[in-house]
Amino acid sequence: MTQADMEPDIDLALRTEALESLLLERGLADTKTIETFIGIYETQVGPMNGAKVVAKAWTDADYKTRLLQDGTTAIAELGFKGPQGEHMVVLENTPVLHHVVVCTLCSCYPWPVLGLPPSWYKDSAYRSRVVKEPRAVLAEWGTALGDDVEVKVVDSSSEVRYFVLPERPAGTESMSEEELAALVTRDNMVGVTRVAGPAVTAP
Amino acid sequence: MTAVLDIDGVASPPRQNGELVFAEPWEGRAFGLAMALTDAGVVSYDVFRDALIAKIGAWESAPPEGQDYSYYRCWLQALEQVLADAQLVAPGDVAARAAAFAVRPAGHDHGHDHDHDAHHN
Repeated sequence: MTQADMEPDIDLALRTEALESLLLERGLADTKTIETFIGIYETQVGPMNGAKVVAKAWTDADYKTRLLQDGTTAIAELGFKGPQGEHMVVLENTPVLHHVVVCTLCSCYPWPVLGLPPSWYKDSAYRSRVVKEPRAVLAEWGTALGDDVEVKVVDSSSEVRYFVLPERPAGTESMSEEELAALVTRDNMVGVTRVAGPAVTAP
Repeated sequence: MTAVLDIDGVASPPRQNGELVFAEPWEGRAFGLAMALTDAGVVSYDVFRDALIAKIGAWESAPPEGQDYSYYRCWLQALEQVLADAQLVAPGDVAARAAAFAVRPAGHDHGHDHDHDAHHN
């Protein structure tokens, strides 16, 4: 990396530090609150929350019904709430219908169940292409969908944040809720991939 | 927060898909600042989000030559914008403070526990 490449980043780090020092001086923010938020999203809130929601929906039909009817309330039942967790709508993927989520304007994303969005979700390439050519984008993720599968691209916003309930893979009938949750990834719940079945143990 | 942090164990999912939540420390600070300010009601998240959308849209409609896209650059710009609009922090104040930080002696600790006595003007 050349010096010229690094300069903008140094500038941004300085600007951030400058802004923080001004806000602290003026009593508009405090270090503890700032660091609490950073810590929460770096280490505590993330896709394992969403994976627990998915595993519960797979194993508890009543919960699944509640989840699809009122996502925000059903997700809060498991203790997952907070900023960007309002107005949750859960969409079920089936053998004939595949949902994939985007935020075309910025980066709206259900933080309490997925944590902060990955960089590809925030980049313009994904945000524009998945709307125009969802099947091609999904194929690049290794998600090949037959012509008999309808693809719906849904646009998250501040009014509604979408969360995908992926299909439960075959061969998981005897697995516990905890084991099922371990199969579910962030990308499954955004809808760019499907849940892989359990790894086959070598004989 | 009373929860025990489990940075390397099963409770570290933000890294589970092979990506750090924040690529650089300043991104985390900028994130934490916006969250602290919206949580305290100093600025509204909806107003901040509108500013963020505008900054992202402006960059994408005319990307500055030689500059890579940075989500958190837009984030920081949006935060500065809403604070300036609310007349809480003037843009010139940020630039002046950043310039003062830029000429700190080499070897200065860039951590956030150092005192800021040297920065008063």
